[in-house]
Amino acid sequence: MSKDLFGLIYTGESNTQLRELTLSRSIAAVPFGGRYRCIDFILSSMVNSGIHNVGLITQKNYHSLIDHLGSGKEWDLNRKRDGLFILPPFVTKDNAGIYKGTAHAIHSCLGYIKRSSQRYVLLTGSHTIYNTVFDDMLLQHKSTGADITIMYNIEPDISDSPYEDLRLKTDASERICDLAINPQSNVSEKRSCDAFIMEKNLLIDLIVDANAHALYDFIRDILIKKAPTLKLYGYRYNGYVARLDSINDYFAHSLAILSPEVRNDLFNSAHPIYTKVKDEASARYGEYASVKNSMIADGCEIDGVVENSILFRGVKVKKGAVIKNSIIMQASEVHENSRVEYAILDKGVIIKSDRALRGYENFPIVLRKSSIV
Amino acid sequence: MKRKKIVAMLLAGGQGSRLGVLTSETAKPAVPFGGKYRIIDFPLSNCSNSGIDTVGVMTQYEPLALNSYLGNGQPWDFDRINGGVFVLPPYVSGDHAKWYSGTANAVYQNIKFLEQYNPEYVLILSADHIYKMDYSLMLKYHIEKQADATVAVIRVSLDEASRFGIMNTDKAGKIIEFEEKPKNPKSDLASMGVYIFNYDKLKTFLNIDAEDKDSENDFGKNVIPLMLKHDCKMFAYSFEGYWRDVGTIQSLYEANMDLLATPPKLQLNDSTWRIYSRNPILPPHYASSEATITHSLITEGCEVYGTVKNSVLFAGVTVERGAVIEDSILMPYSKIGANTHIKKAIIGESATVGNNCTIGVVDGGRTFNVLTKDITLIANDFEVRDNSNIPKGIVVRGTEDIA
Repeated sequence: MSKDLFGLIYTGESNTQLRELTLSRSIAAVPFGGRYRCIDFILSSMVNSGIHNVGLITQKNYHSLIDHLGSGKEWDLNRKRDGLFILPPFVTKDNAGIYKGTAHAIHSCLGYIKRSSQRYVLLTGSHTIYNTVFDDMLLQHKSTGADITIMYNIEPDISDSPYEDLRLKTDASERICDLAINPQSNVSEKRSCDAFIMEKNLLIDLIVDANAHALYDFIRDILIKKAPTLKLYGYRYNGYVARLDSINDYFAHSLAILSPEVRNDLFNSAHPIYTKVKDEASARYGEYASVKNSMIADGCEIDGVVENSILFRGVKVKKGAVIKNSIIMQASEVHENSRVEYAILDKGVIIKSDRALRGYENFPIVLRKSSIV
Repeated sequence: MKRKKIVAMLLAGGQGSRLGVLTSETAKPAVPFGGKYRIIDFPLSNCSNSGIDTVGVMTQYEPLALNSYLGNGQPWDFDRINGGVFVLPPYVSGDHAKWYSGTANAVYQNIKFLEQYNPEYVLILSADHIYKMDYSLMLKYHIEKQADATVAVIRVSLDEASRFGIMNTDKAGKIIEFEEKPKNPKSDLASMGVYIFNYDKLKTFLNIDAEDKDSENDFGKNVIPLMLKHDCKMFAYSFEGYWRDVGTIQSLYEANMDLLATPPKLQLNDSTWRIYSRNPILPPHYASSEATITHSLITEGCEVYGTVKNSVLFAGVTVERGAVIEDSILMPYSKIGANTHIKKAIIGESATVGNNCTIGVVDGGRTFNVLTKDITLIANDFEVRDNSNIPKGIVVRGTEDIA
C-alpha cells in the first residue's frame, strides 16, 4: 500500500479528434468498455494502489464528469481524511478561469497540492486507459533517486493523428536522455503513458517557476526544457494501454476488449475497475436473439442480431435488427429490421425501423447523443 | 431525535430449511434471486422507493452474513444521518436472554429500537416474498380509514386459499375475522404478511401478547386475532400485482422462471421502481462467437461460450464451449465445464461442474423429494467431477458421492 502518494488528474485535455463524443463532455467522461467512463480506469488504478487522496482538475464541459463522480463513494473516495477533490477552474486575481495549459491549471490548485500530506504526487491525464497499480513505479522512483519518473509502454506505431504523443529515449538504466512531443517520424518506440511520479515539493517548485516565466505547458515547457538538468527516468509498463488519440483509436480500442487477453488485462479481477452503479436489471435475451463475440451490459433487451459489438447499459435491439462491429452507448435503441455496421452510437440514439447505417473499419459513423434516425 | 412518521421492521429470521442446500452458509433472505438480487433486496428496495428511511432487520440465524451484506445500507440509499438499516439479532438483557420465539416476539424484544424513533406507524414486513409494492399508498389508506392496523391482502384462488392466512372483511374492507389456513375458506383475501400498526396500539397488544404464556407470539396467529377480540379497527388493503412466496425450492425456481415469461410477470427493468442490490464489481458479460443465448437473463461478469436457453445466469458465471444449459438457474460464480448438459437444475453459488457431465437429463427412477420435485440441485461450493451423470430430481450436497 503506497500511502505516501497522492493523485492529481488533469482532465482538461482538448482533443478535438474524438469529434462528436466530446461535444458535450470532457474526454474523462467519454463512455468506454460497456459500462465505464475513461476516468474510471485511472481513478480505480489509483485507488487499487492504496491512494486515498485524489485531486481532479477540470477545465470545461465537466458537468457530465461531476455527475458521474458524485461524492466519489463508488471509488471509496468519500473519506473524512483526504478523498476526492474536484478542482474546477475559478476566477481569482491570478486566474481568469481558462487555463493556458496543464502547468497553468496545476498552478491554480497549488493550495490543494500544498495541503496534501503525502510526500509524492502521481500526476496523470485522463485519456490514456490502462489498469495497473503504481506500487512498482513508486518503488523504482525511490530506488533510482529520480526527480521525475515517467510511465511508458512500447508503442511502435505513430497514430495518423497523434495527440500529446510524448516519446522517450532511455539508456540501459532507464534514465531518459531525450524527449520529443508529436514527432513526425518514429524517434522511439517508448511512448509516455501520461503518468508522472515526483516529489510534491519538486512539482510545486517547477510549476511556480514555469508560471513566473510565463510558461504554461507541463510537457513542452517543463519536461522537455528541463530534461537536461533534471534526473528523469522511464518506468516500463507491459500491460495493455488504450490511448484515445482519435475516433479511430477509440473505435479500435473499444472493440479490442472482445479479445480475452485485453479483457483480462483491463478488467483484471485482482484490481477491479469501479464505476457509478446504475442498478439496472440483468440483460434480457429474447426468442430471436443471436449474440456473437460481443460484450453486453446490464439492462439491455436484445431480440435481434449482435456481432462483434459492445452494448452499453439499457440498449434495446428489436426483432430483425442487426448490429455488427459497433459501439452502442447507454439507452440507445435499434428498431425492427434496421442494420447498423461500423458505427458508434452515442447515448440515447434511436434508429427507427428499416434504416441502414454503415461506416467502414477505418471510418466509423459517429452519431451524436440523442440523435434520431 | 425527531419523531419518525414510519419505521419498517423486517422479519428475516428464518434459516430457510425448506431452501435446503442453498442456505447452508447464508440466511434465507440472502439467497440469490432474479439474476442479480438477493431476496431481501425486494422489501428493502420497496421501503427505499416508498420513502421509508429507517428499517430494523430482525434475524437470529447467521447474522454475520446478513450484516456484511447490508453494511451501512448504502446500496439501498439507507446511509442516512437520521435513520438507516439496522440488523437486530436477539441479545442478552439483564437476567434474561432468549431467542425470538415468534414474529411478534421479535418486534417485542426490539421495542427499545422503535422507542428511539417513537414513530407514529410501524410497518411489519417479511423477507421471503418477491414483489414491488408502494407502502406509502398502503399508509395513506391506513390513515384515511383511521385504522388501528391494516393488513395487506392479495386475491388468491379459493383452492389455494387454505394455504394462507385468510381475512374475512365487510363491504368497507373492515376485517371481521381472521382464519389461519382455513379448510373451508370464506374469502379469497390472503394476508401478505405486510402490516401497518399505529405504534401505540402495537405496543399495547405486544405487551398483552407477551404476558400470555400460551401464545406463540406470532402476528398472524396471535396478535391480529387478539386485536380483533378487542374490537380494534382493522382494515384489509388490497394489493394488485405480482407477489410470490419464495420459501421453497419449487417456488424459488418458478419465481425465477416467471421473469423469463414474455412479457415478464414481474418487470425488473423498471426505472420508476428499481430493485437495488449490493453489486459485485464486474465488467459487462461476454458472449463468444460460439455462444447461443435465447430467452434468458444474463448479468455482469458472465462469460458464455456455450448454449443457454430459458435460463437465469447470476454474476460471474462461466459456461464453457459445447455446454448446453436449459431451463436452469446458475447461481453467482458457478462454473460449467465444456460439453456438459444441464436441464431444469439450480447450480449453487460458486459450485463447479466439470466437463462432459449431465445434470437433470437422465431419469434416475427415484421418487422425487416433495420440496424439489423434478428440479436437480447442486449445493453451494460443490464440485461435480468430469463425466458425472446426475439424474433428474437429485439434491447433491457436500457429503454425497455422486460420481
